[in-house]
Amino acid sequence: MLIGIPKESAPGQTLVAATGATTAKLVRLGYDVVVESGAGGYADQADAAYLEAGGRVGTAEEVWAADVVVKIDAPTEDEIARLREGATVVAMMAPARSPELVESLGARGVTALALDAVPRISRAQSMDVLSSMANVGGYRAVVEAAHEFGRMFTGQVTAAGKVPPARVFVVGAGVAGLAAIGAAGSMGAIVRAFDVRPEVAEQVASMGGDFVTVEMETEVSSDGYAKEMTAEQELATAVMYAEEATAADIVITTALIPGRPAPTLITAETVAAMRPGSVIVDMAAATGGNCELTVPGQRTVTENGVIILGYTDLPGRLAAQTSQLYGTNVVNLMTLLTPGKDGQLTLDLEDVVQRGLTVTRSGEVLWPPPPVQVSAAPAPTAPAAVAAPAEKRPALTESGKVTVVSVAAAALFALIALSPPQLQGNLTVFALAVVIGFYVIGHVHHALHTPLMSVTNAISGIIVVGAILQIGDPNRLISALAFVAVLVASINIFGGFAVTRRMLGMFSRS
Amino acid sequence: MITIETASTAAYVVAGLLFILALAGLSRHETARTGNTFGMIGMAIALVATIALAFDHGLGSGAFALLVAAMVVGALVGLQRARTVEMTGMPELIALLHSFVGLAAVLVGWNGYLHVEAHPLHPAAILLRRTDMLGIHSAEVFIGVFIGAVTFTGSIVAFLKLSARISSAPLVLPGKNYLNLGALAAFVVLTVWFVISPALWLLIAVTILALLLGWHLVASIGGGDMPVVVSMLNSYSGWAAAASGFLLDNDLLIVTGALVGASGAYLSYIMCKAMNRSFISVIAGGFGIEAPSGEEADHGEHREIGAEEAAEVLAGASSVVITPGYGMAVAQAQYPVAELTAQLRSRGVEVRFGIHPVAGRLPGHMNVLLAEAKVPYDIVLELDEINDDLAETDVVLVIGANDTVNPAAAEDPGSPIAGMPVLRVWEAGEVIVFKRSMATGYAGVQNPLFFRDNSRMLFGDAKERVEDILRHLP
Repeated sequence: MLIGIPKESAPGQTLVAATGATTAKLVRLGYDVVVESGAGGYADQADAAYLEAGGRVGTAEEVWAADVVVKIDAPTEDEIARLREGATVVAMMAPARSPELVESLGARGVTALALDAVPRISRAQSMDVLSSMANVGGYRAVVEAAHEFGRMFTGQVTAAGKVPPARVFVVGAGVAGLAAIGAAGSMGAIVRAFDVRPEVAEQVASMGGDFVTVEMETEVSSDGYAKEMTAEQELATAVMYAEEATAADIVITTALIPGRPAPTLITAETVAAMRPGSVIVDMAAATGGNCELTVPGQRTVTENGVIILGYTDLPGRLAAQTSQLYGTNVVNLMTLLTPGKDGQLTLDLEDVVQRGLTVTRSGEVLWPPPPVQVSAAPAPTAPAAVAAPAEKRPALTESGKVTVVSVAAAALFALIALSPPQLQGNLTVFALAVVIGFYVIGHVHHALHTPLMSVTNAISGIIVVGAILQIGDPNRLISALAFVAVLVASINIFGGFAVTRRMLGMFSRS
Repeated sequence: MITIETASTAAYVVAGLLFILALAGLSRHETARTGNTFGMIGMAIALVATIALAFDHGLGSGAFALLVAAMVVGALVGLQRARTVEMTGMPELIALLHSFVGLAAVLVGWNGYLHVEAHPLHPAAILLRRTDMLGIHSAEVFIGVFIGAVTFTGSIVAFLKLSARISSAPLVLPGKNYLNLGALAAFVVLTVWFVISPALWLLIAVTILALLLGWHLVASIGGGDMPVVVSMLNSYSGWAAAASGFLLDNDLLIVTGALVGASGAYLSYIMCKAMNRSFISVIAGGFGIEAPSGEEADHGEHREIGAEEAAEVLAGASSVVITPGYGMAVAQAQYPVAELTAQLRSRGVEVRFGIHPVAGRLPGHMNVLLAEAKVPYDIVLELDEINDDLAETDVVLVIGANDTVNPAAAEDPGSPIAGMPVLRVWEAGEVIVFKRSMATGYAGVQNPLFFRDNSRMLFGDAKERVEDILRHLP
């Protein structure tokens, strides 16, 4: 089948859906690739690069007549009309926000795959273009901020005086936020970050940022995105945003809610209270912005000298890099869609990944897909609990625990109360020993479980004590049985201790 | 006034505390050997005190010779086994040792019967009857014999399965859970009967019943559940010793039995948690019975890698994690793996091991195997310690592990092993899977890991393949 890579039509779009390197991989999957002349111009991909990789360079007509058209932005009405009937188009389509687009794609009778609708599960990470772009965007946001900021990021002590480090506040610790935290931190700034999902605190720390906490109730994300906050929570966080933002030199906001406008987090009053020369980079500008004063696509300066960057093309400002990442995501998708590696695209709607990104199939509108429940992409804490909520047995409630313990206590009480004195003493020793046993064993190092078993083998050979006292019995049978018991118990004692000793001798430190 | 009686009681308390110190010492590698020594001292004190007590009770020289003979023979056999056992054979040895405790408990219980109940006119029996303790004594005999016998045959079957003398596939008798429950009910009925009228045939009946139950209980559990079974038998052997302690009114036996019983129960709990299964479901049957793997989803194609290429990949990596499983033990691959580790580390590659709690056939089995091959223990980490680092790891080598690295457990809620904590090896840059063939693991579940874009299969005997890699290391 033929894959066409058109030149992007949107003004200012610098990206291209394939580079020389990714074209070579598509060719290896058995596809023919035709690239519109000049498509990769802004991304440092000359036509020759595609030819070298085994692709062709052609006209727009050839490209749009291909079996599969892969591009960056959603196709326009004109472009949809140029598609061959039965063709497949792959792009970022934001299908949840663009019902007309979905409709016209359906009407044209094409198969449309939205790369930005890949379910956020581990298996699909390799084709998640939003992550790729957010990563580049987060880095670029810091670079843009550093460019506008009139001072250094890093702190220094020089002969000419002390330079304080810049303070950076990052809102939202998704892929973009984490990339920004890492970039700002590596330039020497003090980075603080906030996210409504408390479970990302560890990831923030791992990138070198301090996680800002707010006292409030939150819930663990179930679909990999942060949820919009309730009114009370918003109230509680508003104070924190104002405090953090005014204390910061650079504010980078990345808070997005899928399918809805971005939440307003930095108010006009907060901006007014910020120091002159401070910079706000609003990465949510494309969907309305997290800052009240953001103008999408524009650099604005407020009266009090705060610079607000509402650039919506941050990934595009690193066109070569972003195109390469996007192209690799496309290759990974095509690998999934080409099980035979024979250049034949086959769509398997049973697969949650493929189902998730299919907007239309041969004109049949399949959007929206059934929801996929996944854990927040990297959730290092309690993987089992998040990954399979259905399997998790509900833990006993507090009252349930009290009931169970009460019943057990009553049963034990009855047992001991009915026992004669001698047995009572024995049961007391027994109960206490069991409790001590559980506490002691609970501290045993996991690597020493096998020695633990062999040493318990050895000490349970203590049963020999019983047999020793029976061995002298005048009854021959008793004596004989006791003899056998002493023998096997001795094997346990000596064998158990010796093998434990041998094993422990093997463990050595590097 | 110190008499032999009071001295022995004191010695028993001291011995019991030393046993607790022995187990407490195992909490860290540094104190483990001291702990073991404490255990030996405790045991020596208990033995000396008991033998002194036996003399006090009129142990004749003939009987003493018998005692010494039994202990010397037992010690020789035990030390011989301990010196020669292969670390891969540890599960068998542990199971065998459990069976001895069970056997000893049965014999002690029988002696209790022969000593008291069989001779109603024996002074001990008269004393018990006068203090209304005879019924309790009979119940203790019964319980001790029952637990001991279950432990005995259960451990024997576990030993036979682990040493591959019999097939490790689960035995499935019709209504097997009812058989087990029925045996328990029969035990209760027989106990009540025996307390009312102690008769020899009842004791014989319960012994046979318990032997059969122990055999059936373990025979119906498959090979991969062995870590749970062995810990469970460890627990039973402890309870058997404790029951003997009740019978003999010996606090040291009760304390030790309770410690061992608690230890085994705790280990079983850890193992069950590591498989996300309840203890009951392990006892009630293996994976294969619970969830027949009917659907054969198309996972795509796996890709292969040769030893030469694998060596290049490893040489170029900066961090490597090795996740071994039972397959490494079967192939005896721990020595070449240790050699590979040493070579990579000398080149500056960071090599670590990720051990799943149920890897192998015994809790902590992999740790012992690697220790035997002189892998330093501080680079051998457990599931929780390594899991978050896997995403930053360049290469993961999966050697003889399958279900413990199955992404389906984390991602496919419909999978039979869904929710089981697994090593998230698929997050690493590259995964090389050592495997004999594309067969499924113990749980009978296909492993989507093999079909991931970043996984490649290295087929063949793990030991030979690792040796090949060693030869090709540039």
